[in-house]
Amino acid sequence: MDILRDNLVILPILLPLATGALLFLLDDRLRRAKSAISLISTMLLIVLAIMLLVSVDGSEPGASVTRTYMLGNWQAPFGIVLAADRLSALLLMLGAILGFCAQVYSLARWNTAGPAFFSLVQFLMMGLAGAFLTGDLFNLFVFFEVLLAASYGLALHGSGAQRVRAGLHYIAINLAASMLFLIGVSLIYGVTGTLNMADLAVRIPTVAAEDRNLLEAGMGVLGIAFLIKAGAWPLCFWLPTTYAAASAPAAAIFAIMSKVGIYVILRLSLLLVGDGAGPSADFGNGVLLYVGMATIAFGTIGVLASQGVSRLAGYSILVSSGTLLAAVGIDLTNVTSGALFYLVSSTLTASALFLLIELVERARVAGADILAVTTEAYGEDDEEIDTEEEEVGLAIPGIMAILGICFGAVALLLSGLPPLSGFVAKFAMLQGMLAGQIETVPASTWVLVALVIISGFAALIGMTRLGISTFWTSLEGAAPYVRIVELAPVALLLSLSVALTVFGGPVMRYMESTAQALDHPQHYVSDVLEATPVGASSEEVAH
Amino acid sequence: MELIIALAIGGLTGSGVWLLLRPRTYQVIIGLSLLSYAVNLFIFSMGRLRPNAASILPGANADISGFADPIPQALVLTAIVIGFATTALFLVVLLAARGFTGTDHVDGRRD
Repeated sequence: MDILRDNLVILPILLPLATGALLFLLDDRLRRAKSAISLISTMLLIVLAIMLLVSVDGSEPGASVTRTYMLGNWQAPFGIVLAADRLSALLLMLGAILGFCAQVYSLARWNTAGPAFFSLVQFLMMGLAGAFLTGDLFNLFVFFEVLLAASYGLALHGSGAQRVRAGLHYIAINLAASMLFLIGVSLIYGVTGTLNMADLAVRIPTVAAEDRNLLEAGMGVLGIAFLIKAGAWPLCFWLPTTYAAASAPAAAIFAIMSKVGIYVILRLSLLLVGDGAGPSADFGNGVLLYVGMATIAFGTIGVLASQGVSRLAGYSILVSSGTLLAAVGIDLTNVTSGALFYLVSSTLTASALFLLIELVERARVAGADILAVTTEAYGEDDEEIDTEEEEVGLAIPGIMAILGICFGAVALLLSGLPPLSGFVAKFAMLQGMLAGQIETVPASTWVLVALVIISGFAALIGMTRLGISTFWTSLEGAAPYVRIVELAPVALLLSLSVALTVFGGPVMRYMESTAQALDHPQHYVSDVLEATPVGASSEEVAH
Repeated sequence: MELIIALAIGGLTGSGVWLLLRPRTYQVIIGLSLLSYAVNLFIFSMGRLRPNAASILPGANADISGFADPIPQALVLTAIVIGFATTALFLVVLLAARGFTGTDHVDGRRD
């Protein structure tokens, strides 16, 4: 048990790595065994993430408990260190849950659509865990590349001309973004002489005035790399196409990929250029706020213009990215805690929607969406159909009813209507923005509040329109064939959203202490820098 | 030497970006390769250019002013390996796209 406790921080990286490698070696004909191993491994990953979450959640609010793990047993600024705090543990758990749901879904047919599906998912999990847990900028780059390499494979899973074309764009964009990442990291290293995030937080306030421009240029370049990954306008045009082309389980996992960019921006902007960063304090917050608002506006227009559910889902990811970026840019503790709640809620929603789309689309003929929108636009009357329809009050097939309920739940979540968690999340964020004296709220915040509300309304319009054309006006009566393993993950993701609402109090308390810990990074810094190597601590105890 | 390195990085980056924006997949991959060379040189130069200096200290009490910074060299090695792997992967996708669309245009257009 001690071994488990001592190595808890690195296990979420090692477990998927070992599983992925093992699954590579096993023959593809052992399909059942492979899927069983992969599912059990991801279940263990969820358990590990929960254990980590419990161990970093201190009892008193605001107290930060950061668990560190020194790879190679070198002290923090000299060796690479892993650091788990509330934020990383939360996102790790979210990623593991998404991975689990996508794998369960793939059992029906997607895991056989291409080679090494489970290995790719496991490597993606490894990259995710590493990116969330690392405390070193260059190590972050390495885990990002692991994550991206696996995602290239998953984006192409199932093959086909459309996926390959979208994958080509996706890979080219991400390779270019990785170059920017490297330039930013090396500029920061060139100025400060360190890559450890905690050490950077200590050194940035003391950087000489003549080097500060170079440092801020480095942080700006690094920020652009992450804005590309997060899908911020105008760097987001690749996202809807790639996500719409990807297979359903792959897209469901990709729902968290754009959040990795948000995670890094959130972490670095509060740790490196937070209030204690001297002349660089609040660097880039204005840019994040306005870029975030532009992204919300672009995503909203995209949601309204979408002629298919999969593109709508892609644009709704942009809306959520924009909302989160703007919330980071506002830089108020209460807004950050609401944004964290929104992050979890919107990721679960997007993932459920991507899984649901494929099931819903089975009931439809190709091109029906475009037909429906054209009909709407040109007002083509469907009297012809009415005369052909002899039955009055045609019953909706049972499976369509279930899918319709799920679709409705997703619409509520996306638009932020009560009673589901989308409402709680948006309410918490808006309340944080408008807290205090109403006269002192700046105009940009009012614009953001309006944009968030309008984007929710647009999501409602878009989902209702596509829902009507899918569930109520299907021309062919055949019910889609849906297996229980495909429906179960959707139900699980949606019930987690319900659970977020039911247990809103404790969840919100966790988010608030996370936001407070992020806002006061000195605990994180001292936890990382003052951690002693394993041998040294036992010697000290012996003396 | 600073001038030569700076010109090399600038030239590689400029050609890389130009090629990256071209419509043929082969040009894109060559552009990405040139960009990654430029970035590798850039990382290397961030450890300060210091000719004829070893990057390994002979002992604990050595004077570090006569030695080169080893960390950017380690970073460059990692970046080279990762860049090589992702370029290889991109090459495979490029060939697959060529097979599917019958053209080497990045959007699969025939023109």
